[in-house]
Amino acid sequence: MVKLKKNPLAIAGKILIVIFVLVQVYPIFWIFMSAFKTTEEFSLSASYALPQSIHWQNFIDAWTRGRMNIYFKNSAIVTVVSLVFIVLFSTTSAFALTKMRWKLRGKVMSLFLSGIMVPTAVVLIPLYTIYKGMGILNTYSSLVLTYIAFGLSLSIFLLRGYLTAMPDDMMEAAVIDGANIYQVFTYIVLPLLKTGIVTMLVIQFYFRWNDLMFSMTFISDNTMRTVQTGLLFFSDQYGNRNWGAIFACIAISVTPTLAIYVALNKLVIEGMTAGAVKG
Amino acid sequence: MSDKRAICLMVMPSLLIFVGIVFVPIVWTFVYSLYSGMPGFNFQFTGFTNYIEMFRNQHTMDSFRVNWRYIMIVTPLQVSFGLLIALMVHFSVRRNKTLVRTVVFIPTILPAVAVAQMFIKMLALIPNHGLVNALLDLAGLEQFIQPWLGQTSTAFTWLCVMDIWTAVGFHCVIIYGALVDVSEEIIEAARIDGAGRLRLFWNILLPCLKTILVTCLVFSFTGTIKMFESATALTRGGPGHATTSMTMNMYENAFTYNQYGYGSAVAFMILLQCIVVTFIVSKLGREKF
Repeated sequence: MVKLKKNPLAIAGKILIVIFVLVQVYPIFWIFMSAFKTTEEFSLSASYALPQSIHWQNFIDAWTRGRMNIYFKNSAIVTVVSLVFIVLFSTTSAFALTKMRWKLRGKVMSLFLSGIMVPTAVVLIPLYTIYKGMGILNTYSSLVLTYIAFGLSLSIFLLRGYLTAMPDDMMEAAVIDGANIYQVFTYIVLPLLKTGIVTMLVIQFYFRWNDLMFSMTFISDNTMRTVQTGLLFFSDQYGNRNWGAIFACIAISVTPTLAIYVALNKLVIEGMTAGAVKG
Repeated sequence: MSDKRAICLMVMPSLLIFVGIVFVPIVWTFVYSLYSGMPGFNFQFTGFTNYIEMFRNQHTMDSFRVNWRYIMIVTPLQVSFGLLIALMVHFSVRRNKTLVRTVVFIPTILPAVAVAQMFIKMLALIPNHGLVNALLDLAGLEQFIQPWLGQTSTAFTWLCVMDIWTAVGFHCVIIYGALVDVSEEIIEAARIDGAGRLRLFWNILLPCLKTILVTCLVFSFTGTIKMFESATALTRGGPGHATTSMTMNMYENAFTYNQYGYGSAVAFMILLQCIVVTFIVSKLGREKF
């Protein structure tokens, strides 16, 4: 490795990496920077210039006039509720599918895992007609149900990895001591599965929060829109005129995802790439 | 550990919701695809007419062409840029490897709509110049300032650029992980035997990385064949139909023109292509050199 240091190719590589990192990060910085500019600044100075002052009005506009407060609330409710159910369903199923012995276990497991491959477009039309028939279009239920169903495959896959690595001794000991299966699950498996659950939660958060296709199809009522559909809608209406507000909207919509990444980036990377690395 | 009631209680809720919302609709889509019109209104069994019609419908065929061009450009570039950067990080960065890894991954986690809105503003011409046009102005290249997303010729390219930008970090991190596992001894031995950089890459690294590269290709492909969110948010499929994907064509037919039957046929074709390509690629990946 010491030899490499003098190598001109290595220096070129370093410069290229710096450029690449800038290309990956600068646009995000640019969004946040532009969100603090006034309307005059957009037309008078170049768009790469720094804002002259911290102008919070854009965020207030985005939050109230841009209805980001409503969209944010909707997204938060739908995401949190589906995450709760995803955790509940996938931990219990993954446990029964990896640690308990029963006949159809293998088949059910591969059924769940095959769901990872299914392109969402294939189910969109029937789901729309089903939800229409049930009268749940434009409700949180339509999104929550869909998010749970589409969250299960990957979650069970992730948890399976953690569960297979978990030794059986402790569970056996607990069973011998007279614990029933629910106690074993609650007091032994769940605490050991903590990292797995957090990783899975984070990944699922990204997929649900970032969803556009389902929310765009099932929700047409403006007061029920999520952040992603709201942003799309808002940009159509005001996007061209009010640059400051749209930048603030974008900034608001990426803030939760960035915040979680800053706090838990190791878990995020591990979870997001798990499908590729273990698959 | 084989309490039947407990197993039922633990598996049934997930299984029901999963089968009901993921698997039943797939079969349902196929059934719909054999009908014309929409349910409750002029819904008639027409057999495979929709599938034959698909090949005569110019918009649908265009969307297949656009989508496949997109796959052929974006998938190889996502993975090869990922590989290139992973190699550079591995061989020319000594400190801060983790920092680089953490930073380049960021675009992967951003919502497609936000990324697309960001690119729209970066590429804007009116009312204000976006980042790209402003930088061109700064560099004295005024003649290149143009409405990037308003032209058929450039909109598609920028869509590709955007989706490569988003996913490069993801592939880079995966490939880098595999690269670290390639044993130093093999590389050292090859160096002592006098292998040049190119030979080292071609004869040692590439075979070691083959499995992970195939996985990356499959991953990227499952993303690019779904092409929908980024294109919808960036260009709405325009200008004209220059960036309309198969899924967007399905969406338009079903939800704009109420042709549920025809839309379902397009959806089913997407699933078929997905299965066939994934099967072929993973078959190829398992073969030895």
